[in-house]
Parts: sequence; structure tokens; C-alpha cells
Amino acid sequence: MASDRIEKRIELKAPPSEVWRALTDYREFGQWFRVKLDGPFVLGQVSRGQITYPGYEHVRWEALVEKMEPQRLFSFRWPHPKSFEKSDTPPDYSSEPTTLVEFRLEKTANGTLLVVTESGFDKLPNDRRLEAFRRNDGGWAEQTKNIENHLAQKS
Amino acid sequence: MLVAKLCGAEPRSIAQLTEGSKLTRQAITKHLRVLESAGIVHGMRRGRENLFALDPEPIQELKGYLDLVAEQWDQALARLKAFVEE
Repeated sequence: MASDRIEKRIELKAPPSEVWRALTDYREFGQWFRVKLDGPFVLGQVSRGQITYPGYEHVRWEALVEKMEPQRLFSFRWPHPKSFEKSDTPPDYSSEPTTLVEFRLEKTANGTLLVVTESGFDKLPNDRRLEAFRRNDGGWAEQTKNIENHLAQKS
Repeated sequence: MLVAKLCGAEPRSIAQLTEGSKLTRQAITKHLRVLESAGIVHGMRRGRENLFALDPEPIQELKGYLDLVAEQWDQALARLKAFVEE
């Protein structure tokens, strides 16, 4: 896995039109993502809501919608975990680090291939609070690969 | 590669890191400063020498954090799959 992005591929037994609706209709999105959105997704606008996932109901959800190419690409940016803490100041999208989430749809014989990418992790600050998520596994070879990838972007 | 040489955990001097490398001392120093600003390498003085050692914590943190986010996506996409396929 590259050090600055996550990619997930999933085959769905449903046509692209239905997958598109599940992604971009704010009520359908909310049902599977587990968030209660205030209103529809609008290109170029911030979408807001409240997480409904058990245990996280205090978390506000926010995303800035970037692209909506029907049945092809839906993308948004969202600010990162430090803003999961209860805060009265809304995130400033021009200065806070965000990651980009992209949903790409492809019609297949059996339905739809959905490729989800989240990228931009290398822009997150080296925050010691992330210590909570440290894992102890991973040999040196893997570490070296991660470091090399990290360097390739820095130089 | 520079980072592989630092992997032994023993702090190394610039001279040691330049040994056997095609890069100049200047280039190696520049790389080390970049790594230092990324928090992956930290420098220290021992006598008259500047030594550098690898600090793998930031990499481990990022990797662990990415794993966590990836797991959350697995779960969310499983719910999406159940939602559209029902």
C-alpha cells in the first residue's frame, strides 16, 4: 500500500444508475454510510450532517463536494480527525488538511465496479495523537518501502 | 539507499553514509535535512561529528493510521453492497 492513499475495489450486483443514486442521493448515502445529512449534495458546496454510527453520534460530518459526473465519478474532500473533536469552529477548507475521497463507477457484465480512493494522507500533520493507532507489526523491509515512497514525494 | 543504511539503529555520520554511495556529501546532507524535517531522521552531535539515526515512529504512525482508515472503508463499503444488492 502506498503511504499516502487507500484504494478499495468492490463489485456490486446493481447497475451503475442505482449505485450512483446510493452514492449521491443524500438520504441513500446516509443510510449505508450512517450519517444524517442536512440536505442534498451540491457541487462546490459543503455538505453537513451528524454521524449515526453507534458510538459516534456526537461527531459532525462535513465534506466539500468536488465532482459529480453522473454514473462515473463522485468526489468530495473532508477535513481530518482532529476535527472529530467537538468544536464550534467550522473547518476552514482553505487551510486545514483534507483528504480527497473519489468514487469511480464502471459498468460491468454483472453490475458495477466501484473503485474508492482516499488520498492526501501525506499532507496530514505528524500529530502525536495518531499514536493511538500505531501498529507494532511490519518488518524493516516494509518500513523501508514506506519511507522510500514518502521520500519520493518530499524530494 | 540512504534510509536502508540508517536502518541498523546505530547512529551514522555523514561520512559513513556517503561511503559506497554515488551521491556527493552535499546531496546526502540535503536528503538528511529533508528526512529530518519529515521527522523520520533525527540528528545529534557526538564530539565533533554530526550523526543521524532513523526514527521510525512517524512512519509507523502513518501506516497504522492508514490501516485504521482502510478498515473503516471496508466496513462502509460492505454496508453499501448490502444496501444496493438487496
